[in-house]
Order: sequence, then C-alpha cells, then structure tokens
Amino acid sequence: MTFSQAILNGDRLALARLLTKVENNSEEGRSALMELFPHTGKAHLIGVTGAPGTGKSSLVNQLALHYRKHEDKRVAIVAVDPSSPFTGGAVLGDRVRMRDLSGDPNVFIRSMASRGSLGGLAQATANVVQVFDAAGFDIIIVETVGAGQSEVDIARLAHTTLVVEAPGLGDDIQAIKAGILEIADILVVNKADRPGVENTEKALKTMLELAHPTERVFQHHGTYMGMSAPKKNPNAKMWIPPIQRTVSTEGNGIPELADAIAKHVEHLRSSGDWALRERTRLEVELEALIRNGLMNRFREDIPAERYEETLEAVVQRKVSPWEAATALLNGRSK
Amino acid sequence: MTEKKIRVLVAKPGLDGHDRGAKVIARALRDAGMEVIYTGLRQTPEMIAEAALQEDVDVVGLSVLSGAHMALTPRVMELLRANGQSHVKVFLGGIIPDEDLHRLMEMGVAGVYGPGASTEDIIRDIKTAVAA
Repeated sequence: MTFSQAILNGDRLALARLLTKVENNSEEGRSALMELFPHTGKAHLIGVTGAPGTGKSSLVNQLALHYRKHEDKRVAIVAVDPSSPFTGGAVLGDRVRMRDLSGDPNVFIRSMASRGSLGGLAQATANVVQVFDAAGFDIIIVETVGAGQSEVDIARLAHTTLVVEAPGLGDDIQAIKAGILEIADILVVNKADRPGVENTEKALKTMLELAHPTERVFQHHGTYMGMSAPKKNPNAKMWIPPIQRTVSTEGNGIPELADAIAKHVEHLRSSGDWALRERTRLEVELEALIRNGLMNRFREDIPAERYEETLEAVVQRKVSPWEAATALLNGRSK
Repeated sequence: MTEKKIRVLVAKPGLDGHDRGAKVIARALRDAGMEVIYTGLRQTPEMIAEAALQEDVDVVGLSVLSGAHMALTPRVMELLRANGQSHVKVFLGGIIPDEDLHRLMEMGVAGVYGPGASTEDIIRDIKTAVAA
C-alpha cells in the first residue's frame, strides 16, 4: 500500500512518517503530496501567532480541547519552534503545554523546527498542513514561532489568524506599528487575569479604529500587491477583528473565542473571502515552486566556474551585482 | 533541503519532579544539531509512546530518578513496538544501579547514563545508534 492510501485509511504511523518525508522534502514525500492533493481543501486552517510567552501553546491546547469536547471535530496541531542558526538543532517544547490532549486518537500534534526559515513558519509547514488536510482532520491549528513583529507568513496560510497578546508587553505605539497586528482576524488578550489587561485591550481597540478599513496587502512577484475585498460582492460587510479575553490556564474565554472563530468562518464564506484566501495561498505555493524550479534550471545551465568567476569579479568591485546577474541570466539563453 | 535531522523525544516518565538533567541533555542534543522534542514532567509510558509516534522520532531518551526504571522502561519499549516503532532507539538516564544495567541492555536499551556521564559520549552513542 502506498503512503497516500495508508493515510486516507487513517494509518497514524504512515501519517507520522510521511510528515517527516515531506519535512525533508524527499522524492517520496513529494510524490505522496501529489497523490494527496485532490483530497485537500476541506479543513479549516487556524493560525496562532504572537510574541514568546503570551501563551500560544496553552491557548492551542484549550482550543483543541474545546473542539474535541463540544464539536467532535478531528484536530491536528502543527507547532513550530525555532532552529538554532548556528547548529541547526532545536528544542521543540510546545507539547509541554498540550498534555491534556494526550490519549485522544482524534488529535495529532506535530512539532516542527523552523530550519532556517524566517516568517514564523518552516518551509515545509504548508505541505505538512496539506497532509493533515488530506488525512481528514477538520481543524488544523498552526502555532508559529513565538516571534516579533514581522512573522506574517501565517496570514497567507491560514483561513483565520489569531494574534495573541498579553498584558504588560507594550504600549500603544507597539499597537500602531505595521506587521503582526494587521494580520489578525481575531485578537486574543490572553492572561486576562493579570493587571493591565484594560490598557492592553484599549490600545488594541485604538489600533483597530485607526486601522480599518484597510486593504489586505500580500507580497506578490516580489513586489507588494494590494488586495481589497473581492469585487464580486461590494456590499459584503467588512470584518472588524474582535478582541477576546482569555485565561488559557483556566479555560476562561475559550467558548467565546471558538464562537468568534465560527463567526469569522461564516464571514469568509458569505463574503467570498474564503475562496480568495484559498486562491492566494495556492498562488504563493505555485510561485515558490516555480522560483525553485527556475533557480535549479539556472544552476544546471551555468557552469559552476563561470558563476564563481562572476562572483569573484563582483567581490573585486569590477562588476556590479546588477550587471553580473544580467550577464549570467543572458548567458543562459545564448 | 533534503537533510535528514535526528529527531529525539526527551521524556520524563513517572512521578519524580527533577527535570534539570533532562533539560541539560535536551540542550546538549540541540547543540549537536538534533531536533529535540521535550515533553515535560510526569509522562505516562502511553503518553511517551504516543508522542514518539506523532513526532516520528529516531530516538527516545528517558530520564528516571525515582527508581522506577525497571517498570517504566520495558513498558515504553513494549508500547513503541506495538505501534510499529521497534526501530526507535531507547536511551535511559538517571539514577540506575549497576545491577540493573545488564537486564536493561538485554531488553534492548541502547544506552544507560548515570550522574557525571559526558554529553559528548551520549551524542556520539546516539549518532552511532541511529546510523546503524
């Protein structure tokens, strides 16, 4: 039996092993992805991002528990933690906060190291998500590296992005900066039993009032591309990110958060945004594959010595990088 | 990007609450370029085997300071086998009396380390065991 058949039959060991092959970008992994692709597109992808220590893992734990207990949905969790830039090693510790989910065969948690990728996800995270989607998980929660202000890849991957904040982490200037807060579909103020929660909430509210209505901007062909709401339905109501307080160690605010997520899904469906996001996600993926393919083709066509020579000329300041790139690219078509 | 990383689950089964050793090992293995999944305190053998399956690890490192290693270790190994993961190498660290060493090795434990063991030896043994 092939990997993809085993996975469609619900074989958990095959699933775990394929995830490794996909993560390592092996031939076997890629061919299984191709076979599984027609079975994808059913799951709801929820992204969870925010600074380190805001309680992302505990929140994911509670949210997954909620979906198991109250909605009987199959839940997959992809938890990304950083790799060391020096040794390539990693300590992946998100499972420590997710022990409540242990023993439930309808929950599958997979830790991933970022392996040098910036943006809060690993290179293979989107493909890992596709495998879970094909394996029939209804909800896939992706927890990003607990990082700073520009880890926005998650917004391109997920249908619903939660940005987790906690009291005491920054003033209203942090809230009006571009980046992570702009990608939020739902803002979560976790650790809401701590002092300062009103201030955090107020700063976020102010930010929202200033920020909306705004265009969604995705990077496209290396340049920024504005992406407003789909033209088809100009009367569709705009989504204003709600702010939800939670205390994830206690489970407070979790049912309300799940409600907000459900409302967001409803909004995506009725406004046509769901299809738009799917399209954007697949386009980003297609482009990345084309870029890699072109790069490989280029490497095959240009002799290594010629590349080294040109690089050396640039290092010696004899040729500028722009001229060098043009020369190498033209050399290919000669 | 086809590099194969060694994935290690570091787990503390049983009831003792001392995880300093496990954390030191997790960090040393990280510095040796491995991907270490750390699961925290008070794990049951069932939880450990489940995590090992989901994470598709090459190695499980158990830290036991409570003296319950002769009960916990074989149970974890039995569950790994039942899940189809008999290829996973099991290493054990903690307070392990010499008289238990022989039986542990017979069970198929790949390595046993007590206080004062050097992290370099552990790293080397893990790399050798995984390559085998």
